[in-house]
Amino acid sequence: MIWEVFRQEREGRPFQHGGSLEAPNLEFAEAYAVEFYGRRAESVALWVVPRQAVREIEDPYVADVFDRDYRRVDGYSLKLKLKEARERAGTA
Amino acid sequence: MSAQAPPEAAVDTVLAFADDELVLGWRDSEWTGIAPFLEEDVAFSSIAQGEIGHARALFELVAGALGGDADGLAFDRGPGEYRCAPFVELQLVGDWAATVARHWLYETADSIRVAALIESDWPELADLAAKMDREEAYHRMHAQMWFDRLSGDERFAAAVAELWPYALGVLAEEQREQLAELVGRERVEPVERGSHVDGFEALHEEMTMVRRSVPGATW
Repeated sequence: MIWEVFRQEREGRPFQHGGSLEAPNLEFAEAYAVEFYGRRAESVALWVVPRQAVREIEDPYVADVFDRDYRRVDGYSLKLKLKEARERAGTA
Repeated sequence: MSAQAPPEAAVDTVLAFADDELVLGWRDSEWTGIAPFLEEDVAFSSIAQGEIGHARALFELVAGALGGDADGLAFDRGPGEYRCAPFVELQLVGDWAATVARHWLYETADSIRVAALIESDWPELADLAAKMDREEAYHRMHAQMWFDRLSGDERFAAAVAELWPYALGVLAEEQREQLAELVGRERVEPVERGSHVDGFEALHEEMTMVRRSVPGATW
């Protein structure tokens, strides 16, 4: 059985995926997680999750149907607008 | 070194303990690379290293009291001078059920021994025992999870029964009743310290080989 291990490096930091390990049950998975990710004091907390419990979303991309470029930070060309504004102000 | 010389009996106890940890660490390390699966290989190798680390600290304590150094105590004595219990000398590599049986019996016995040493009048020894106990907690957890996993297994039960007289020999007489209670077995005639099993000389030969190859070298 495969388990995914998430580790927190310091208090207040987000948990990040550390890696995976094989173990027959939760008791073993916890012991191995401590051995692999805890014994050098590199983690302050660990999560152990059975891989089957992790759901992968098939298509995470939600396509834009309408043009709403303005909603995105890359929607505007600030460089161009700035150039125009400077020209208007005579500071270019 | 303590202001007052530690009693000779305490030094003897510590030396026997150090020899147990060194030789068990050595025997357990024989599984490195060939344990039943990768995760266990890493975990068991780490435990083996932990035991050798404890041996080193105990040898240093003895060296502080008797003179000499930890390496000298660990590797420069003849096979007859080691005081380890025959229990830790048995070569069990290849038989995982027996290895887990010894691991579980040893860690249980060790918890009794370390608890007694924490109460020692020799302050350096009491401090060291307390430190070791924190690391032994992981060893005990590991031993317990394997016990839980294998306790219904016939081979495991047979291995525990076979090793039981040896395990009793690790502890002092007054500590054996507690071990019997913890593992739920009747006391039997123990295999005492003072003699070595057949494979011990070969183990000693291998264990000291590099050290003897260049006597007195600094590594």
